[in-house]
Amino acid sequence: MRGVQTRSTCNVLGDCARKETRFVTPGVLGATSERTRWLAESGVLVASVFDRATAFVRGRHTGGPLACRLLGSAISGAVVSTPAISFENLTLSYDQHPVVHHVTGTISQGALLAIVGSNGAGKSTLLKALVGELKPVTGRIDLHGASKQDIAYLPQVIDIDRSFPISVFDCVAMGLWRQIGVSGGLDAASRECVAGALEAVHLTGLENRAIGALSGGQFQRVLFARLLLQDARIILLDEPFRAVDAKTIDDLTGLIRRWHAEGRTVIAVLHDIDLVRQHFSETLLLAREVLAWGDTASVLNPVNLDRSRAFSETVDPNARVCERGEARETA
Amino acid sequence: MIDALYQPFAEFSFMRRALVGCIAISLTAPPIGVFLTLRRMSLMGDAMGHAILPGAAIGFLVAGLSLPAMSLGGFIAGLAVAVAAGVVARSHVIREDASLAGFYLISLAFGVFLVSVHGSNVDLLHVLFGSVLALNDEAIYLVCGIATVSLLTLALIYRPLVLECFDPYFLRSVSQWSSPTHLIFLILVVLNLVAGFQALGTLMAVGVMLLPAVAARFWSNSVGGMIAVAVGSALLSSLIGLLASYHYSVPTGPTVILACGVFYLFSMLAGRRGGALWGLVPRRHLEA
Repeated sequence: MRGVQTRSTCNVLGDCARKETRFVTPGVLGATSERTRWLAESGVLVASVFDRATAFVRGRHTGGPLACRLLGSAISGAVVSTPAISFENLTLSYDQHPVVHHVTGTISQGALLAIVGSNGAGKSTLLKALVGELKPVTGRIDLHGASKQDIAYLPQVIDIDRSFPISVFDCVAMGLWRQIGVSGGLDAASRECVAGALEAVHLTGLENRAIGALSGGQFQRVLFARLLLQDARIILLDEPFRAVDAKTIDDLTGLIRRWHAEGRTVIAVLHDIDLVRQHFSETLLLAREVLAWGDTASVLNPVNLDRSRAFSETVDPNARVCERGEARETA
Repeated sequence: MIDALYQPFAEFSFMRRALVGCIAISLTAPPIGVFLTLRRMSLMGDAMGHAILPGAAIGFLVAGLSLPAMSLGGFIAGLAVAVAAGVVARSHVIREDASLAGFYLISLAFGVFLVSVHGSNVDLLHVLFGSVLALNDEAIYLVCGIATVSLLTLALIYRPLVLECFDPYFLRSVSQWSSPTHLIFLILVVLNLVAGFQALGTLMAVGVMLLPAVAARFWSNSVGGMIAVAVGSALLSSLIGLLASYHYSVPTGPTVILACGVFYLFSMLAGRRGGALWGLVPRRHLEA
């Protein structure tokens, strides 16, 4: 059984073309492990759409990258939208003051969503609520059957002691926790997976280096390699590119695009508007409440960005009790 | 010369018992100490050492100098303080170290109070500084039993424990092991202190737990390596301490700990990973 699971993880490290095969030929999917069955489901769902889409580019549906692109846009909600996460009138607060206020909306499976907003706009808080770290005051989050296990989360502030005596290899191998658990050993296949993940983040050769000897950018690559091995269907990144140079951002956004191509739902909190425009198809502009949510190009217009900048983080100490939630529920 | 190394053990059974007790503690306490230092909870061992005092004192008052009663009392008191501190810290108002300090001081004061009111201070000193040269069969079984259980448990929870020390948030996000691991580890800390206070006394038990562990960081860049160095140095220090105390008629417990202390100072100076003396040696560097 372990062999099968490990193989599925290795598949995840495979190239785009292989991914495409998995989507369009459900027969292959039967052999994958339970954990990647969601890929199968979304694959079957989009299969018919895919057929229709390829009808327009008749004869070219065998082209790997093109098929991948089509598939990606299909999953990201342009054509099909199987919901991955839904917020229903969600309010999150610290000390009764709302940080995320009456947010309603749906993130579809395979979406590539950027969350943008000023400091204090509730971006990180929203992610924390998604991983269950924070309970909603009102409203709810529907993960549509995804469990905690299906979510990989890279928090903004990581409580990691960089002087900890551990090697790069061991740190990345932690991403395999669900396969190896408390007592499972690392067999040759899982070692290969770790090596593959290190290669994907361009850290091959540094396996045995202590993490304390890495630069900030290299350490961020290590965390991405670990995320890669987690093989989760929903990936949450909270400001993943803080204090990281352009080359590293390039490489890591490459990984994000790959996750997107593989049909995973990727949600990233970002401050760099250009980066969002360049790589993210969908944007949620947050200022406690949803300012705008949708296609990146239409959301990030000058008017919206001005409204976002005008958002003030200050909390009114004399704020009255919000009646909106109640009103909506009785309506 | 060689005679001096084994003759005390060959001749006196109390020395042999002391050696067995010290070996057992040296095998189990230093790994626990390594994890304590990696969790940045080095001083927790010290606090817990104090915390088990009232339990041991109550055991002593109820059953006299009875080993099971005092051990059980110490274990319960230590665990109660650790768990209470942990629960309060979860509220996020104060940090775990502050919460622990609060509880262990209450516990220590209560212990001193009990012993002063009901017993003589000689008994208190006995509990505090131990009696490694007076280990009876019962104590040997207890110490060795605890060592066995601790090592097996540690082997079982090794991976989640490393992860809990390194990146607790990650462990919480991928599994349910975080809380159980933390609790089991606390139990191991208390168990080892209870084992240690039989042989070396509560204060000294902390010494053999932590001194080899902090010294080990100067020699190794991996958790496994640190544990190996810590156990090795604790074993050596035990042997040296026992022999020195025999030949020079000095108190045994403190001598063992001082031997650990000497190794720590030596590591600070000569340790391969960041020892002070290596800074004085002019070193070549690579091209890339």
